[in-house]
Amino acid sequence: MLTLVGKDRPGIVAEVSRVLFDMKGNLGEASMTRLGGNFTIMLMASIPEKINAVEEKLQPVCDKLGLFFHLDEIEAGLHQHVEPDVRISIHGADQAGIVALATDALSAAGLNILNLESDVGGYPESPVYVMHIEGVASDGFDTLDKALQILAREKDVVARITPIDTMVG
Amino acid sequence: MDEFSNDIKSFIQDLEETFRSFPGCVGIAAPQVGRFERIVLVDISHKPQHNNHGFLVLINPKITFCEGSSLGREGCLSVPDYTGKVERAKSITLEALNENGDKQEFQMCGYEARAVQHEIDHLDGKLFIDRLVSRRNSLSKRIELSADLKNESG
Repeated sequence: MLTLVGKDRPGIVAEVSRVLFDMKGNLGEASMTRLGGNFTIMLMASIPEKINAVEEKLQPVCDKLGLFFHLDEIEAGLHQHVEPDVRISIHGADQAGIVALATDALSAAGLNILNLESDVGGYPESPVYVMHIEGVASDGFDTLDKALQILAREKDVVARITPIDTMVG
Repeated sequence: MDEFSNDIKSFIQDLEETFRSFPGCVGIAAPQVGRFERIVLVDISHKPQHNNHGFLVLINPKITFCEGSSLGREGCLSVPDYTGKVERAKSITLEALNENGDKQEFQMCGYEARAVQHEIDHLDGKLFIDRLVSRRNSLSKRIELSADLKNESG
């Protein structure tokens, strides 16, 4: 697993993936996105060489581009996708601790988070926090729904939960 | 497609057998089994929470009217393992011939309309991965669309 972050500029993905390709690396799933002025990569790759050798090859490119990176050996394989069965959106006036409070309540109600995206919108003087979560409701939909309603009431946020019914055709 | 030979009927039987061999699957299109004719089968009746027209044999299907949009998660026999969020029309009017060559017209919405649009895409060489909504876009759109999603899944 390659974790990489640095000031955004054109060419980061191209140069980093070129290094891995030149080492006969096989790239797997990745999350690459711009957050603030930074570009972030989390990428699974299978590379025939030792982790130290990969580090040595990546270092000069990352130094040149001003990127920090980290490599971990992980166990992963194909066909390990977990399908989310619920989607939760929470939004409301930005308040300290809302992510911790919300995810704590959801976790206690059996939610296993697979994907979380959040954004701060609205105007600078009245920011609105938006959070979208997809996950697996291991204790059932109703348990999560109840927890979410309590959260919405107590924290004055709008919270919605919808089942994800994946259509396979 | 304009011939209704016995060959077509027996192909449709074969296609249905293939379709039924994937539990949970709601549709199949002829190109998915390597036959390039405009035939699709759709059946979402095993998901009774969604309005549906039962088992549909759709030959030369054509969407004559569509309205609204909704985001939903799709997967595909032709793209194993992956699913993604796809925007589709919420309701459609559909014209098609059945296996006897009779012209039929359907009004459908929500899940069934999504399944039909997904299958018709196969006839035009398109997969759901050609229509994926990006993470950032779905982030800004889902709020306004979440009411639709609720209707569709309820």
